[in-house]
Parts: sequence; structure tokens; C-alpha cells
Amino acid sequence: MTRHRVLPDRREVLAGAAATAAALAAPAVVRAQSAALKIAVVLPRSGYLAPAGQSCYRGALIAPKVLSDYGYKVDLVHVDCESNADIARTQTERAIDDGAQAVVGAFDSASTLAMAQVCEQRQVPLIVNIGAAPQLTEQGYKFLVRNFPTGGMLVTNGLALIKTLLEVTKLDAKTAIFLHANDTFGTAQRTAMDHIFPTAGLPFTLLDSIAYDPKAQDLSVEVTKVRALNPDLLLVVTRAADAIKLVRDMVRQRFEPKGIISPGSPGLYDEEFYQALGPLSDYPIYNIPWANPKSQMTHALEAAYAPANPTFRFPVECFNVGFTFEALLVAAAAFKTAGTTNGAELMKAVHATNIADHVMIGPAIQFNEKGQNAGIPSAAVQNRNRTPTVTLPADVATAAPVLPMPGWQGRT
Amino acid sequence: MTLAIVGNVIIEGVLTGLVYGLMALGLSVIFGVVRVVNFAHGEFAVVAMYAAYLLFVTLGLDPILSLLPIAAAFFLIGYALQTVLINRFVGRSEHEQFILLVGLAIVIVNGLLMIFGPDARPANLPYSFDSYAIGPLFVDKARVYAAAGALVVASGLFGFFRYSATGTAIRACADNLTGAAVVGLNIKRLYAFTFGLGLACVGAAGALMVPIADASPLLSQAFTLLAFTIVIVGGLGSMAGALIGGVVIGVSEALASLFWAPSMKSMVSFALLVAVLVFRPQGLMGRRL
Repeated sequence: MTRHRVLPDRREVLAGAAATAAALAAPAVVRAQSAALKIAVVLPRSGYLAPAGQSCYRGALIAPKVLSDYGYKVDLVHVDCESNADIARTQTERAIDDGAQAVVGAFDSASTLAMAQVCEQRQVPLIVNIGAAPQLTEQGYKFLVRNFPTGGMLVTNGLALIKTLLEVTKLDAKTAIFLHANDTFGTAQRTAMDHIFPTAGLPFTLLDSIAYDPKAQDLSVEVTKVRALNPDLLLVVTRAADAIKLVRDMVRQRFEPKGIISPGSPGLYDEEFYQALGPLSDYPIYNIPWANPKSQMTHALEAAYAPANPTFRFPVECFNVGFTFEALLVAAAAFKTAGTTNGAELMKAVHATNIADHVMIGPAIQFNEKGQNAGIPSAAVQNRNRTPTVTLPADVATAAPVLPMPGWQGRT
Repeated sequence: MTLAIVGNVIIEGVLTGLVYGLMALGLSVIFGVVRVVNFAHGEFAVVAMYAAYLLFVTLGLDPILSLLPIAAAFFLIGYALQTVLINRFVGRSEHEQFILLVGLAIVIVNGLLMIFGPDARPANLPYSFDSYAIGPLFVDKARVYAAAGALVVASGLFGFFRYSATGTAIRACADNLTGAAVVGLNIKRLYAFTFGLGLACVGAAGALMVPIADASPLLSQAFTLLAFTIVIVGGLGSMAGALIGGVVIGVSEALASLFWAPSMKSMVSFALLVAVLVFRPQGLMGRRL
């Protein structure tokens, strides 16, 4: 009589263990086979950074179609962080809980820093679209990359362009004042100015650096203070809302420097700035990265942007839309390479990014060991007839820079 | 630093301070008579800003002119609020009053956020970019108009309390509540009238703020804090103190921005507040109505 065994033998135990492991691993396999990467796009679509946040949002809205044409599949979840770092943190946490496999954002350095902590803990890649505070890539985050210049890069490139601007226009500027928003980005720019300006070889003296509250009701005292020192140039780091207040108070106090130049900040090219100030928005210059008009991908972006924004005056918003699209491109390309949504694997692919055909001026998108794209140049862009117009570098310029800028009076 | 620049900053501070003072005046009037601290004061000011903004964008009504209908509407709201809600809390413990009005403030600010969102709403007035050149001084037209409006409203309020029978009765309530009741004054009605007047002041101040600042729900807490600072510096319950406190805070913040750092100006107003609390707790003009 054959004796039936009640207890499983070693082989059966091993087979069962393997089956159990396979069953437990199944969700990961299912995730790896996702058709599209689910990306949370966290932007300040309301609050004091809303003009820029909305601009970035318009870029995110058209991105899936353009990316799809290039063979990348993404599924976007749009999140409003209300220009508030605490809300950015909690909303990022929530988006990841809801299944976001990568995060893009958040225009503002303070919000991005808050999000970086969450993404690091949850091992979800964070691709910074815009955010210049150096600490983003200096604090050792393993799940963060930034396809945007640091404050130091912006200031270095911006000051070099100011030097060229003065040479090209033969403007005799002997003094300047640096006026900046007292937020994370503005103070980072101030630090960069303090370090870089003394060795930049510029022909003018920096009389003072003045910080202001970007949420202030007006900037009248700040402008009065600047007027008292009567500089030839006003170097500014602004956002759209405070840039409007700045120009409004300059006009009221009839303060007319030879030039208003941003060594690298937003605000002066936002549509809200043009709408609020009309002809008074003309002639400030901002030295920032800009979309490459000769890139095929820029043309594809413009083709998608125009029908989606029929009332917008320009083919595409060359800064906010360009960088937001590129951040999504980096995430989508990494997903295609990695073939998985596993955070660590995806991040490895993000770090290995090498995208030659992209939107913004500059070499291929690549990240160094800190997660920083260190090869992003700037252009000198001037408002002319309420249109951002590239004036330098000469090879991509569409108009010559105008300095000194014409007075406020008579602009109708 | 030339004298003209300092003079320019002082003038700007005085003009802005007068509008702040009118806003604080409402708080001071309500406390001086009803003995209830309106912790929703800044929120009501922001509601008035939105009302003025809407009247401007829909009907083209200048905010300086829209202060009349807005103040009238706010008077009615204040009268109804006191009659229906706040009269029940008069005489109850301070923490109950505090919770009631803070709750009201939260409801208002969240209501504004739901309706308008957190974005600032600028009213692009025809004189937004204009200024008066007086020798070396440049004075904003918008501020001059707003400050003039604040002075007119404040003068009207002073006149009402000084010369009208109702104003005299309200002052009697503030000075001696028992005596006022004994002579037959309708205390609850006078309280409602006073709360209405306080809110009318806030409504007028909110409308006058629109040419100076963009309407945003996020301003409300700052306005409440500002109004408290002003009335404590000027003297809680003192009408003249509220206006003087507004000017003191407006000028000190402006001078701090000029001589120190613009981003530090709030520190100066709070330092003033601490100094007043330590050395003159009743405020600069610490007398009741």
C-alpha cells in the first residue's frame, strides 16, 4: 500500500515560494507594462505667480499631442499649487498617492524644494521645468533633475550679455542698482550677483542692491529709493505682478533710467505685463534662455500651440512653454528608454538623458552628476511693440537692441 | 538722500496712512461702543475692494465714487449682522466673541477664494499712471484721490457723532451704558447702528484701496492685522487715534523702506506696536468715544 505524503517536499515548497513571489511581483510587472507614463504637472496656476504658472500650464496642455507625434506616451495630471510651497508639498504627496509616476514642476524654487523632499521620500522622479535656486541641485537629491539654469548660470550668462549690449549700443552707463524680489529665487539671484558681478568686468558700478516684498501692494517707496540714487541702469529680478507695479510706480514718479535689464528673471515677458501696461511695457531687456526658432521640435510645438490658444498673439510662449514641454519630454523619453515606471529605474534613465533635438536654444539636454543641465545659454530679449524680440546673440537675433530706452511720455 | 526724496516718501506715507486710518476707524468705532472686537475687519475690507472692482469693470464706476453705494450697502450689512448675530454675543465672554468673528472671517475669505480665486484683480483706472509734480515732488493722483476720500468720510463720521442726535446717543452708550439705558435709549438698535457705521467705514476704505492696491483675498489677514496695529498705536476706541495711528504707521513704514530695507518695513510697525504697548498701553490718543 502506497503511503500518501501529507507534508510537501522541498521541491514543492520552492515551487510554491516561486509562485507566491511571482504573484506578489505581478503589480510591478503590470506597472512596467503601462502604456503611458502618468506625470503630475505641479504649477502655480493661481496666486501671485499665476501669470507664469498659467503660461507653463498652456505648455503642458499641448505637450501630450506633440510628444505623441514623437512616439512618447504620457498621461498628465494637472495640479495647482496656488503659489504656496506648503500646498505644493501636500498636492505632490496626493498626486503620488493617486498614482503619479513622475512629477514635473513647479516654476517657483520654494515650491520645488518642498516637492523635492516628497519625491525623494517616495522615490518618484522630479523633473524641474523652471526653478533657479542653486540648492535644488546642491542638496544631493537623487530623484531630481533640472533642465533649467541655476541662478548663478543665469546671472553669469545675463551679465555677459549686458556687457555685449553696452558694447553694441555704445551706451555710456556708469551706475546701476539691482532691485530684486525678496523670495527664494530673488535672494538666490542676489547671492549670485554678489559673487559674480565683481569679476564680470562690467563698466558700471553697482550702487546698491534693494530687496522688496513681491506681494507688496505697491513699490512706490522702492522706486523713490532708486530714484534718489539716480542710476543709469536698473537691473531687476521680478515676477509679472511686481514687474507691473514697478513700471507703474516708475511712470508715476517719472523715473527714466537708460535701461531696465533683467540679468535673468521672468515677469517682463508675461502677457499680463503687456496687457496691464500696454506701450509702457516696451523696451525692458531680459537675458534668459529662449526657444530656438530653427528647431524642428519648436515648430511642432508652435503648430500645436496656435490652435489651442487662438487669441494668443505669439506663435508660442518661448520660455515657460518651452521649458515645461522639455521637462515633460525628459520624463517621457526616460520612460521610453527604461520601459518601466519603477522610480529607481526611471531615474537611472533620466540621468542618462541625451536629447539633441529639443526646443530651447543650446546643446543636447544632458544632466551632470548633480542632476543639473549645465549647458543652457541665454539670449537678450527686448520688448518691442509688445512682442519679445531676440536682440542677442547676433546669430539668432531678429532685431538690434535699443538702448537707451525711450522715455515714458508720448507712448500711446 | 535729498530732502525732496524724504519729503516725497513722507507724503506717500501720509496719503496711504489716511486710507489705512479710515479702515481702522471702523474697528475703533465698533469696539468703542459695542465692545466687540471685529476680527473679520480685514475680510470686510477685501469684500469692499471686490465690490468696487466689480462696479468698475462692469459699470465703469470709479472706485472713488463707488464708495458711496458700497458704504451704504455695508451699513445695511453691518446693521443686519449686529441685529441678527452679534447682539446675541454682546456681554458674553471674550473668547466666544473671538471665535464667532474669526469664524465669520474664515467664511468670508474662503467664499472670496471660491468666487474669485486667489489671483489679484487690478483695476486699470485712467489715472493709474498719473502724478502731480509739485516742485521736486511727485505725488500719485490715485493716492491723493483716495486720501481725500478718506478725509471726507472721516470728517462726515466725526460730524455725525458730534452734531447728530443719534451720534450723541451712541456716544452716551459708549460713555455710560447704564445711564443710557436708564434714560430710555434703545441700546440694541444703537449697537446695530454703530456696527453698521463701522462696516460703512470699512466699505469706504476698501473702495478707496482699489486705486492703490489690487484686490486679492490674501490681503484680508494683512488688513486685519494692520487695522489692529493702527488702533492699538492710536488708541483703541479713539476715532482721532485711528486716523493718527494710520498716518504714523504709513509714514513709519515708508521711512523704514527708504532708510533701511523695503522688505523690512512691517518689522518697524510691529516694533512701534510693542513700544506703545510697553510705554503707553492706552495708545497715542487713548480716550474712548
